[in-house]
Amino acid sequence: MDCNRVFVSKVKRLTIVFTLLIAFLSIKIDTFAQVDSAVVPVDSVVAESAHAASGEHGATAEHGKEKFEPTKVIMEHIADSHMWHLWGHTSLPLPVILYTPGGLEFFSSAHFHHGEEDYKGTYNTYRLVEDHVKVVGANGQVDETASVLDFSITKNVAAMFVAILVILVVFISVASAYKKRVGKAPKGLQSLIEPIIVFVRDDIAKPNIGHKYAKFMPYLLTVFFFIWFNNLLGLVPIFPGGANVTGNIALTFVMAFGTMIIVNINGNKYYWKHIFRPDVPWWLYPIMIPVELIGIISKPFALMIRLFANITAGHIIVLSLISLIFIFETLAIAPVSVAFVLFMDVLELLVAFLQAFIFTLLTALFIGMAVEEHH
Amino acid sequence: MELVTPSIGLVFWTSLAFICLLILLRKFAWKPILGAIHEREQSIDEALNKAELAKQEMARLTSQNQDLMQQARAERDEILKEAKTLKDSILNEAKKQAQVEGAKLIEKAKIEIENQKKAALAEVKDQVSTLSLEIAERVLRTQLDDKTKQEALVANLLKDVELN
Repeated sequence: MDCNRVFVSKVKRLTIVFTLLIAFLSIKIDTFAQVDSAVVPVDSVVAESAHAASGEHGATAEHGKEKFEPTKVIMEHIADSHMWHLWGHTSLPLPVILYTPGGLEFFSSAHFHHGEEDYKGTYNTYRLVEDHVKVVGANGQVDETASVLDFSITKNVAAMFVAILVILVVFISVASAYKKRVGKAPKGLQSLIEPIIVFVRDDIAKPNIGHKYAKFMPYLLTVFFFIWFNNLLGLVPIFPGGANVTGNIALTFVMAFGTMIIVNINGNKYYWKHIFRPDVPWWLYPIMIPVELIGIISKPFALMIRLFANITAGHIIVLSLISLIFIFETLAIAPVSVAFVLFMDVLELLVAFLQAFIFTLLTALFIGMAVEEHH
Repeated sequence: MELVTPSIGLVFWTSLAFICLLILLRKFAWKPILGAIHEREQSIDEALNKAELAKQEMARLTSQNQDLMQQARAERDEILKEAKTLKDSILNEAKKQAQVEGAKLIEKAKIEIENQKKAALAEVKDQVSTLSLEIAERVLRTQLDDKTKQEALVANLLKDVELN
């Protein structure tokens, strides 16, 4: 396994990210200095009109007088949403599912009219505050104490479903191709997918897990393709792509949690001995055992943060570069932006694969450490 | 901070979707795909092994053929040699036999000739004795015409007898 190349590319990437971040921050400071005087009246207007801003585009014709706020725009794109913005003022409303003490609430997010109106549900009245569904109390104010769990099909969930659909279509058709052409050379989509599957098997699973690799292949392959397809769809700027699915901590949390479960369920006696009876003098146990126990958590935690940070950073960079056009309010900067975005997108294509690869590789490595027979 | 706080809804849907995806793909995609790839790899391995075996077999057969050819050639030479010696021996035998036969014939002819010669000699002797008797008779007749001569003769004969 050529890890050195991976490391070098990561260093390069970090350098780029930091350079651009510093550039972005220096611009941001300037912008904020200009905005500061205008902020107070704008803020009061926003508060009064109760979330008048659609938020999807900070610099649309309607809100042309408002100062462009790149941080807000970018964070809105990075974060989850109850609407799927298509183009201009057109958004796809998504279903809102709420678990309240009274029962389940189910309605379309179109009822909020981009947060401009409250919706009176069966059990409560709801209001959309910064893309979060909140309960409105009897006094017309948001009731923060109300215990409502939001199980809505948000933009990320919908985008994830799209990715899953694509994955299912692709792989079931490939599988049927194998059934149809038994023993023959792969053809078409099959010959595109097969080397990747063989790569996951021969370069990720086999060297790291050993002869017990076959049992973990379904999980590794599913993780790899799930992350990769979501990463790629996240790079597509138009519907149904563009959602920051793998750059969402909830998704990476679930993936890393899955890895943690798989690793610890399959841990053999050597693995547990290494944790509870490490080969150190007994008086070091008070230090070593907590360290090893933290290690159980920290490994998947690192997986979670790595994927989340890499993908989110990619999205932020691309959006920052696009924002430059609106910050400078001139088309002259557009070629520079587009050139940089093009460069970043190509880099992100690599990162999309690399992150899926690293996640799968490390999962395989952790599983390998847990099922290893001898130390 | 909101960015790094997992929302319950997304966690729920991701878990559900990912587990469903894992189960579906495992049943409908990974099993047939990995199985087919494994099978094909095995069949390719097998084919390569078989090809290697066939190659070895071919080499073996070729060397065997060559051996056989050589053997056949040696055998042919052997046979030719044998035939030659056989021919020579037959010739010699025939020659010898012919000689023996010839010798026998010559012997026979010699014996025949001897016999014929003996017979002829006997006949000649016979004829000679007959002729000499006749001659003697005639001589005697002529000589014994007078008495004196007869007495002389008898005396002569008696003399011979007395001598004996």
